[in-house]
Parts: sequence; C-alpha cells; structure tokens
Amino acid sequence: MSTIIEVKNLAVSFHTYGGEVQAVRGVSFSVPRGSTVAIVGESGCGKSVTAKAMMQLLSCPPAEYKGGEILFNGEDILQKTERQMERIRGNEMGMIFQDPMTSLNPTLTIGRQITEGMMKHRAFNGKEAKEEAIQLLHLVGIPQPEQRFDQYPHEFSGGMRQRVMIAISLACQPELLIADEPTTALDVTIQAQILQLLKKLQEEMGTSILLITHDLGVVAETCDYVVVMYAGVVVESGTAEEIFANAQHPYTKGLLQSIPRLDQQRAQALRPIIGSPPDLMDPSPGCPFYARCEQAMRICKNHHPTLEHVNGEHYSSCWLRHPMAQVVR
Amino acid sequence: MTIDAQPFMQVKGLKKYYNVQNQTLKAVDNISLDISEGETVGLVGESGCGKSTVGRAMIRLNEPTGGELVFKGEDMLKMRGNRLKQLRREVQMIFQDPYASLNPRMAVEDIVAEGLDIHHLAKGKKRKERVLELLDLVGLDEEHRNRYPHEFSGGQRQRIGIARALAVNPKFIVCDEPISALDVSIQAQIVNLLKSLQQRMGLTYLFIAHDLSMVKYISDRILVMYLGNRIELASSEALHAKPLHPYTQALLSSIPIPDPNFKKRERIVVSGDVPSPLHPPSGCVFRTRCPRVMDKCQEKVPEWKEVQSNHFVACHLYE
Repeated sequence: MSTIIEVKNLAVSFHTYGGEVQAVRGVSFSVPRGSTVAIVGESGCGKSVTAKAMMQLLSCPPAEYKGGEILFNGEDILQKTERQMERIRGNEMGMIFQDPMTSLNPTLTIGRQITEGMMKHRAFNGKEAKEEAIQLLHLVGIPQPEQRFDQYPHEFSGGMRQRVMIAISLACQPELLIADEPTTALDVTIQAQILQLLKKLQEEMGTSILLITHDLGVVAETCDYVVVMYAGVVVESGTAEEIFANAQHPYTKGLLQSIPRLDQQRAQALRPIIGSPPDLMDPSPGCPFYARCEQAMRICKNHHPTLEHVNGEHYSSCWLRHPMAQVVR
Repeated sequence: MTIDAQPFMQVKGLKKYYNVQNQTLKAVDNISLDISEGETVGLVGESGCGKSTVGRAMIRLNEPTGGELVFKGEDMLKMRGNRLKQLRREVQMIFQDPYASLNPRMAVEDIVAEGLDIHHLAKGKKRKERVLELLDLVGLDEEHRNRYPHEFSGGQRQRIGIARALAVNPKFIVCDEPISALDVSIQAQIVNLLKSLQQRMGLTYLFIAHDLSMVKYISDRILVMYLGNRIELASSEALHAKPLHPYTQALLSSIPIPDPNFKKRERIVVSGDVPSPLHPPSGCVFRTRCPRVMDKCQEKVPEWKEVQSNHFVACHLYE
C-alpha cells in the first residue's frame, strides 16, 4: 500500500516570553492511502501542532519549524511557498476543526462557505458550485439542503454545523482529510452519527483520514492505525488491533487502564496515571514519561529510548523493549 | 417519624420554566427523585436536556418555577436568612470548567478558604491549618497555597475546586460534569479522589455527566433525562445490563468502546437532532428520533412507571 503523507522527524517549537517550548520533538509516522490513522494523546502532547504543521497552518513566529520533513505525495510540504500551499489547502488536503461553533464564518451563508473552495480550485461557476454544494449537503445528511444553502451558521445546531464543516472540507474531493477532534464538542448520539458519516464517505470517495483525538473509544471504532503521542514524541504506533490488544508502552497501557471498561466492577478502583505531563520548556534528555512511569529504570532518566520493533508494524519507544532489557512479568 | 426514615434529599415534581421571547421554555418539567444518604446518583443526558438546571436547583442556585425540594425533611424552598446561609454549608457544588470557576486573581489559599471566611469558621493560624489539611486531602502540596490558578494544570485546578467545596464540611455535593474538561489519564485520578472522599466523609453526590461509562462507574443509580423530562431511572447495573427506553439504548450504544473487536456490534444510531425545547414534540418528547415510534406516542405523554423493581421508565412500549 502506498503512503499518501509521511512525516519524518518533525520538530516544531514555539517562542514565548518564558522561553522556547519544544512542542513537537522528532515525530515520524505515515498515512497509507485510503486508510484511517489516529493520533492519540492528551492536551499539550503536540498532536494538533503536528496536524497544523501538515498544512502549514502554524503562524511563524511564534512557531518555528526546527527540522524534519512532511512528504505529501512525495513532495515536502515545509518547502512550499504560501502561494503553493493555497493550491494544496482545501484542494488536496481538507481539514475539519474541533469546534464547529467557532470555525465557521458567522457573517457568510453556509452556501457561500461551501462553494468558495470549489470556485477557487475547481473553476466552477456560481450555478455549478451551488448544485454541487446542495449535493454535498445532502450527502452529509442535512435535510432540505436547498433552503439550508442560504442560511447562516447560527441557524444550525452543533452537529449540523459539524456536518457543514465536513461538507466544506469535502468540497474539492481532497485526497487527505485531517480531522482535529471532529466530535469532541458534540453529544454522544451526534458523535455516533458523524463517525458513521466519515466512515461512509471514506468508503465512497476513498479519502485517507488522519484523525486527531484523545478518545480511545473513537479510535477503536474508526481507525486502522494508531500513533500514540506523549510530550511531543511518538511513544508507540501500530495497527489498532495491536495497540489495544498488545500495548507495550507503559503510557499506552496506563491510558487503557484509566478508562472504565463496560465489564468493570464498580468496587474496582480505576488505575489512573499518577502525576501530570512534563514541562516542554525544558524537557529532560531521557524518556518524557519517566516521572510518571511505574516501571521506570535508571537508564530512562537520562537516555531517550530508541524506537523498538515489536512485531509487524508495531513499534514502541521504551527501554523495556530493548533487547538487553530484563524481561518484566 | 425519625429523621432516618426520611430520604436525604427529595425532589418532587421539579419544574423550571424560562420566558424566552414571550414563549415558555420548559427547561425542566416534572422531575422527581429521592436520594439516600451516602448515595451517588448519576444524572445523564445530552446538552440542553436540563440536567445542570436540576443540579443547580437542588442547591438553590436557581429558583424553581414549581415543585418541592425537601432536604433532610425540611422544605428547602422555604429557607430564608440564616437558615439559607446554613444550607450553603451543607450543600456544595463542583463545577465543570476548572478554568472558568476559579478567580484568577485570588491565591489558592484564599480560594479554598473563601467559604471559611464567609461562614466565620476559622481565622488566622487555624484558617491556614485547615487550608493545608484540605490541600493534603485532595492531593495537592503545601507549597501550592500561595500560587495562582494559572500556574496549575486542569486536573490540579479541579482538585482546588474540590478542596473549596469541602472546606465548609458539606453533606451533599452536586458535581456538574467535573471531569469532562480533563484529559483521560487525569479523569480517573479525579474520579478515584471523589470516591475515596465519599467513603471517608460520608458524602452524598449528584453526579451530572454526559459520559455514560464514567457515570456507570461512579453512580449507584442513574437518572436519564431528555428535553427536560425524565426518561429512565434504575440502578447503574440494571441500566447498563438491560436499558428499557429506546433513548437509553441509543445513548449506551453510541458510546465508542475502546476495543477494536467490538466493531461488529449492532449500533443503534438515532437520526436527527434534539428538537428545540421551545417547541417540544407532543406526546412523548423523544418520538421524533425514536426508532420504535408508534401512533400512540404522538397523542399521549407516556406515564412514569415502575416496570421492574426499582426500575422506572416513561415509554409506551411498557404499558
């Protein structure tokens, strides 16, 4: 299977009054064509920064690309000029943002916002664009699309707005769709509708999806591959089955243990991960998870673990996986 | 009659209506619920279903339009003056957003001690001792007391909010989505903290949430609401093992399960959106989205019935 986008050793920093925050520190992963890949992690782990870097949406300054490359169909995104990016954004890559309440322009009708990209990238005239937009609205499940076309965002509910966002991002039939927490702001019954919709659209249009989320449930239900991020680095990656059934990194294991299972007894206490994530202003040279890890060893404090192969496409960045580590039972 | 025979907290036919553009918006319509001492009741529903309004009414943060609130045998809505002030010590609240619910210009010590100051419970050295005791109780360090909210992470802020609620030794705490703004690994920390505090101090909780898996884990009983109405009430085990109302069934089946092998299960996805509470559907409020809707649902409001022992539901399927 060919890859649509490959991130290699990406590093991004932010310059703040307090100093340089190393938000992303050498992240590598790839998205196979036609598949759904999830980046999972807690707030501040760098998952959204990675996603935004993939479309060059970070404003520099305060952000600074410190290194690495992002190969989209073999070309490095980070070397593109702003003008070249404009042709790619919305056209070859679409993005769905987290908050449907604030990411639509309240002063423009949704019809205008959907057709904007089509008229720019696909040279549609007004009439063609309107017909296409109405079809898209129908596709994403908005009733009475002809009337809805001329309405403003405030006339839509949260779930409906997220559908409009999806329609906008699909307007130019992008090869890659980056969805940054697309359902976090929505209710569970609406979340189920949106996830089902994304899946259906992927089957129909063959779009590759990069899903950014913190919800492991959403990941298990929709994704083929999982990339787990912590404090700006990838700690584990593999197929969804592998990650959920055979997690190797103590952080991934901790995440899985801290959510209640449906069969869990109430008397059983949850097993949270103690402490909180490290300060990325001055990251330690060792494993970022060292301070919170139950299985931390001496080597973890000062030496960053190498990415070790587990099996198949499953990799874990942990000294416990090192061939010379003692077997832990 | 002794105090013990009384339910700890009784909600009888609670109503809260708002006037919106000369129309009546029924945010909460006829909710009844008994809570025993030491119990945790979960209150679940989608945004706008009135769950927070119920929680706020139960500690008199808003004045209900109708209905009764009986706290330890005493009519809460008749409390005035000193008795009301006394009530504020017995009932407390933990808020959803730990970023918005702490005053950014107050140091942690003053935030936690605000209740102590208002009720003249401790001064000087005793006040400091009490603050340190509370910080220790919620798992914060002594040195944190002179810091300001912006210096803390979300989970730590929520701990400050919990310490503030505990300062006046309350009996009943309304937890309004206390974990939904937190990261997964931190959520479990806060839930475990709330559980251990309950055991140690004999607290009673109303736990408001939209995350059913966490609610199941912390609650003894769960009440499901939809558009201001009660839908189903049962023990947390019964509700998850055998949900009766189609809405509860849909809610439960919408939770994404963190296990890829679960993918194949049959999922009930309800279509459409929650209708506007200004124009609720006639009959059963859920009928516009219900997969098992019948003719009867449009005409008649379903009765609240005990279908199995201690398992209540409002649905025409069970008549």
